[in-house]
Amino acid sequence: MTELPVDAVRPPRPGRWLAAAVAGLFLIWLAYTIIVNPNLHWDVIIAFLGDGRILGGLWVTIQLTVLSMVIGLALGVLTAVMQQSGDPVLRGAAALYTWFFRGTPLLVQLIFWFNIGLVFPTIAIGIPFGGPKLVEWQANELVTPFTAALLGLAINEGAYMAEIVRAGIRSVDPGQREAAEALGMSHSQVLRRVVLPQAMRVIVPPTGNQFISMLKTTSMVSVIAGAELLTVAQRIYLGNFEVIALLVVASIWYVVLTTIASVGQHFVERRFERGHGTLPARVRRNLRPFAGGGV
Amino acid sequence: MDRPMVEIRSVRKRFGALEVLKGVSLDVPEGGVVCVVGPSGSGKSTLLRCVNRLETIDAGRIKVDGELIGFEERDGRLRHLPPARLNRQRQNIGMVFQRFHLFPHRTALENVMEGPLIVGGVSREEARRQAEELLDRVGMAERAGHYPGQLSGGQQQRVAIARSLAMRPKVMLFDEPTSALDPELVQEVLAVMRDLAASGMTMMVVTHEMGFAREVGDHLVFIDDGVIVEQGDPREVLADPRNERFRAFLGRVL
Repeated sequence: MTELPVDAVRPPRPGRWLAAAVAGLFLIWLAYTIIVNPNLHWDVIIAFLGDGRILGGLWVTIQLTVLSMVIGLALGVLTAVMQQSGDPVLRGAAALYTWFFRGTPLLVQLIFWFNIGLVFPTIAIGIPFGGPKLVEWQANELVTPFTAALLGLAINEGAYMAEIVRAGIRSVDPGQREAAEALGMSHSQVLRRVVLPQAMRVIVPPTGNQFISMLKTTSMVSVIAGAELLTVAQRIYLGNFEVIALLVVASIWYVVLTTIASVGQHFVERRFERGHGTLPARVRRNLRPFAGGGV
Repeated sequence: MDRPMVEIRSVRKRFGALEVLKGVSLDVPEGGVVCVVGPSGSGKSTLLRCVNRLETIDAGRIKVDGELIGFEERDGRLRHLPPARLNRQRQNIGMVFQRFHLFPHRTALENVMEGPLIVGGVSREEARRQAEELLDRVGMAERAGHYPGQLSGGQQQRVAIARSLAMRPKVMLFDEPTSALDPELVQEVLAVMRDLAASGMTMMVVTHEMGFAREVGDHLVFIDDGVIVEQGDPREVLADPRNERFRAFLGRVL
């Protein structure tokens, strides 16, 4: 048989070339104006990128993000499992939690947690409803800007994670649960071994987005002087008046963090694609058993 | 007299206003193979699912190996079994589903190991040894490391049978095990089931495979509209169906 290679010429696309030229020129112009702009103080920006106070703020931002996400995820799983419960009180409690914390602005919650001492001057462990107290603290000593920020961010995140986890659990084929129950697994074994690992495929991508969003949401903590990146940058520019330069410094670090997080997200997602994969990859794999002539 | 492995007595089950089982009684003797046939929506799958309590019955009694399933009788009253004891009962009852329901995030070998490892309290080495043996028995030893998504339907169903067998059940329930398969893959699954029956396993099989029922079944039950309409030796019943609806049903499937 003769070979008939497809070596066809594509039709010209002048519209696309024009658009690319315009976009390219615009980018060059943008870079030029930014680089030569005397008001941006590049020397200051570079000097402050590695400043000890900035790096300290960066560390607080990372801590707040990671801790809030871990606690938020735990709260989210707990709430999502409560939502699946047969008990109306548990379901109601879970619904109340997500309703309230998704219904009020995070900014308000943060300020509220910071001022919790105005509502509850003392915090104690003991018998509730006026019983004896074992330990007691002054709320103002206990709730530092950091703990207030962590409380606000984590509890708010938990309400959103609950919805993400719930969607993940619902995405798992009910037959999976039945197959596990038929083997004699208990409720918690079904959840741990069968449902949650499969739900992760649906849970992980939006959780990655939440993580990246959280990196930047921590900047809201600056309203209660949380000592994270933006607060630190603000403190410095209040002293030296390099407002724009320090905002650029903070932005550069935020971009670095989100870029690293995006790369991490890619690898975590791949890990949870085990046994699935994209459609073309799956088709190729499914055909493999037949390619060798064996069934 | 030997008591039957599965005893179903006057079982009723309704979903809302719809009564799916209207008093069904059936015995499966130890080592026996009972095939349950009937039109879709007749209640045959529901009956099977009641035996391992995936569905809760509304009336009647089901016993497996003499033990009441899902309930206990105390002080003359029936009580629901606590979950832990129900789970223990289910370990004795293997179930094979129409759509396999293998765990997609685990390999064939891990699927078969899962039950003994997590529920049976067997060591990892022992579970692996046993799983390899079972995969070999269903002809899937070479694909032990494959994920379900990499296997054909027939291969997945054979792994699913091995997964159930790993719990060393006293009885195996098959819920239309070949209905989701491409026609050319049906025989490999039926062959495994034939071997299983020959090894003396007690089996209750909901199926449309009349050939299998005739060849392997000891007893054939035709269910229609929630009641057993006709039953008996498969060869006799299939050769000379008496009931009008059974005859019409056979006319459609054969």
